[in-house]
Amino acid sequence: MALLEIVNLTVDFATATGSLRAVDGINLTINEGEIVAIVGESGSGKSVGMLALMGLLPWTSTVTADRISFDGQDLLNMTEKQRRKIIGKDISMIFQEPMTSLNPCFTVGYQITEVLCQHFGGKRKSYNKKAIELLNQVGIPAAESRLNSFPHQLSGGMCQRVMIAMMIACKPKLLIADEPTTALDVTIQAQILELLIELQQSHGMALVLITHDMAVVAETAERVIVLYAGQQVEQRKVKELFDNPKHPYSEALLNALPERAQDKLLNAIPGVVPGQMDRPKGCLFSPRCNYAQELCSEEKAPLKDGILCHFPLDLSKSRKPKAINVETG
Amino acid sequence: MSKQLIKARGLHKHYSISVGLLQPSKNLKALSGVGFDLYEGQTLAVVGESGCGKSTLARLLTTIEEPTSGQLSIDGIDMGNVQSKAITKQLRQTVQMVFQDPFGSLNPRQKVGDILQEPLLINTSLSATERKQKALEMMSLVGLRDEHFHRYPHMFSGGQRQRIAIARALILKPKVVVLDEPVSALDVSIQAQVINLLVDLQKELGLAYVFISHDLSIVRHIADEVLVMYLGKPVEQGPGDVIFNDPKHPYTQALLSATPSTNIKNKRQRIKLTGELPSPIDPPNGCAFNPRCQHANKSCTISEPVMDTFGKSQVACFALDEGRI
Amino acid sequence: MSTTSNASTSIRVQQWQEFWFYFSASKTAVAGLIFLILVILMALFADVISPHGPAEQYREFAKLPPAWVEGGQLQFFLGTDYAGRDMLSRIIHGSRLSLLAGCVVVVLSMSIGVLLGLIAGYRGGWIETLIMRVMDTIMAVPGLLLALVLVAILGPGLLNAMVAIAITYTPSFVRLTRASTLSELNRDYVTASKVAGAGPARLMFISILPNCMAPIIVQGTLSFSTAILDTAALGFLGMGAQAPIPEWGTLIAENRDLIMSAPWTVTFPGIAILLAVLAINLVGDGLRDALDPKLKRS
Repeated sequence: MALLEIVNLTVDFATATGSLRAVDGINLTINEGEIVAIVGESGSGKSVGMLALMGLLPWTSTVTADRISFDGQDLLNMTEKQRRKIIGKDISMIFQEPMTSLNPCFTVGYQITEVLCQHFGGKRKSYNKKAIELLNQVGIPAAESRLNSFPHQLSGGMCQRVMIAMMIACKPKLLIADEPTTALDVTIQAQILELLIELQQSHGMALVLITHDMAVVAETAERVIVLYAGQQVEQRKVKELFDNPKHPYSEALLNALPERAQDKLLNAIPGVVPGQMDRPKGCLFSPRCNYAQELCSEEKAPLKDGILCHFPLDLSKSRKPKAINVETG
Repeated sequence: MSKQLIKARGLHKHYSISVGLLQPSKNLKALSGVGFDLYEGQTLAVVGESGCGKSTLARLLTTIEEPTSGQLSIDGIDMGNVQSKAITKQLRQTVQMVFQDPFGSLNPRQKVGDILQEPLLINTSLSATERKQKALEMMSLVGLRDEHFHRYPHMFSGGQRQRIAIARALILKPKVVVLDEPVSALDVSIQAQVINLLVDLQKELGLAYVFISHDLSIVRHIADEVLVMYLGKPVEQGPGDVIFNDPKHPYTQALLSATPSTNIKNKRQRIKLTGELPSPIDPPNGCAFNPRCQHANKSCTISEPVMDTFGKSQVACFALDEGRI
Repeated sequence: MSTTSNASTSIRVQQWQEFWFYFSASKTAVAGLIFLILVILMALFADVISPHGPAEQYREFAKLPPAWVEGGQLQFFLGTDYAGRDMLSRIIHGSRLSLLAGCVVVVLSMSIGVLLGLIAGYRGGWIETLIMRVMDTIMAVPGLLLALVLVAILGPGLLNAMVAIAITYTPSFVRLTRASTLSELNRDYVTASKVAGAGPARLMFISILPNCMAPIIVQGTLSFSTAILDTAALGFLGMGAQAPIPEWGTLIAENRDLIMSAPWTVTFPGIAILLAVLAINLVGDGLRDALDPKLKRS
């Protein structure tokens, strides 16, 4: 049975200039112990969707869904109190900015033990040992002395490790990582991603990785969901998507990467993501799509086998898949 | 041979920072011993992680700050001997800059037109209509429409803002543009648009770029020359294809291997870098990279390596000097 | 949007709409604004709407109670004072002085404070230390006390009172401006202007200052109300506007002895001060909500 099941999740925001649809009918199923990546550009709703699941959106938002169930429990028809018991314990989330996700007023040790107290009760002091163990698990050297340091005394990578330690403290079944490495340097990014995968395997938890970086997806995830302007345009196995993208947007996104460029010019996607005011009538990607036909700008695209497109591509048939190997030189 | 626009030799920049009331101030070596040549129409990429001195280098090249020591000549004029204000002004116009964050680099209270005209207002004696004319020309060059002239920056998306920033940098007809992570704040599809714009402009105007970035996949795409820095010191320098295909310095190797790739067919063996970036206030003794380097031995912790020529590139590494790698 | 000028006006309209959306979210702020506009109109057209001259004495009607109290007369709606002057007319004319005092104090203290704050934030070093220590010294003395001392030195009178109050308000503007300047100074757009060759004056006034204005405007509206209050206080203590000028504080002071026998002469000027200050504070709060991006709900 699926660990998390979301059917037709929609999020609207009330703004000064009217209502804004940030997430438009996302379906998501996550199995136990699986790594799923959610990819999209800014404004694609990739973070908002997960924040909605966590109940972390501001009051201006309206969240609707046909079904949200976690581990067999229905999250939609649950009181706030019951929900809080699951969120934070069984579902955890880490954020993009590690420096600002930790409270600068308290020591690292206090913040970790606080989490443990919240969910298991008891005295804070009694969890010190457990906190050291957690810090060791996430690869922080000299964990004992680090308990008494404040977040500003640690580097960005260290802070992210502390965040991860806090989030795995309750042994969650699902960890959502929202751009966990975007603010970090390349060598540190590699360390953190490796750590996340290692923990995912050793704890057997499911990991949702929200990112904008296709390369990160390629290196970590098993399954990928591509979002565009709040809609889910493609949901595939990572390997399949990279070999043979079916949605024109996924293909364009891959082709825009510098490593896939044939010459000095990159294959840019023209135009910008539609905003609140200029949402196209038909398929949302149609104004920027290379393959768009008349029908695309008239009618909303149908969802077939996880692909939201009138005319899905099939590269394996039409032509040989492009050589993925980077040309050297 | 195209014209040499920037010649830098042994650039150093030190800042003194106070650590506390009663303690003596510390010397932060933001940049030590950087040297390179930049020719017309060429792109030099400066690569490194945070704290490697990339931004300091940008500030020196744009003459906002002066180097503590070393020689920097721009367009044939040695910055060290410049006395007259007129020449400083001329040099200002030679080197311009595009910043990383398109949301912070445009004054939110100025209209696009005013932002573009500001450099002209300060540096030239053109009339208002001429200035507007030039601003509109520049806008169409970077792909903005005339009606954008009267809008405020917050009404644009990140990619369009970066176009405005590029237009502002180009309006004084500079010869060198310093690009400080110009696309790292942008989405992938927009990144490609802006990179293409930069490539086109370079071809059209014969610009030289100093491209500061941590994203190696873009650097690989755009750079002719690459300068890899670590904690303010150059560690490897050479033609782009040489550096990417045959990285010699252990840090360059690690950096390349840490960069994620969409190539899922053959996953490479990662070179694992342990540990954090040291703080530039308190750098390790000897080679700055030695605490994280798998080839480090005792000599690396004692003295600092200097740049030596290996084939087409220059590398600062004892392990390489001594033939250990 | 056919022409560019057309586009820019519609943008301005849109900005105002957005501002109004956030401002009008608070009903109290709108109520305050309406009341404030009424007070301003009252001050502008004081000569037209007041039933009598402010200094006109009707000796035979001295100490007349308000119209709705027994013995009151409709022509003196809020009653008369000891000299038979119409309270309503005096309060209407007094609003001119109070608003004037508020304006002068805010303009004076804001312009000096913003200038000093910009210089302190931009230049740094010993200039900053000097300016900030002087401001700290001013702040160390209670505001009204300092104003009293200054008026005692300068001599009593409305103008001197306003100058004295302006001086006591300057430090808050200096500190506010310096803080915002420091945070704006390291932004990329300032560096971009530097790269373009902008000099210090251009950087301070054209690049940085407009971006610091929102909190300063809010502080300005809030100081406006306290300025009215402090001017009235100085007037009440006999150090501000001198009788028979119908300044609200002076009105209370000159009728202080009548508080038992003719309480309306003291009560109505007091209510006028209260309502004006309350209205301005409400508007100030509304402005802060609308202008402060931290409180903005996206």
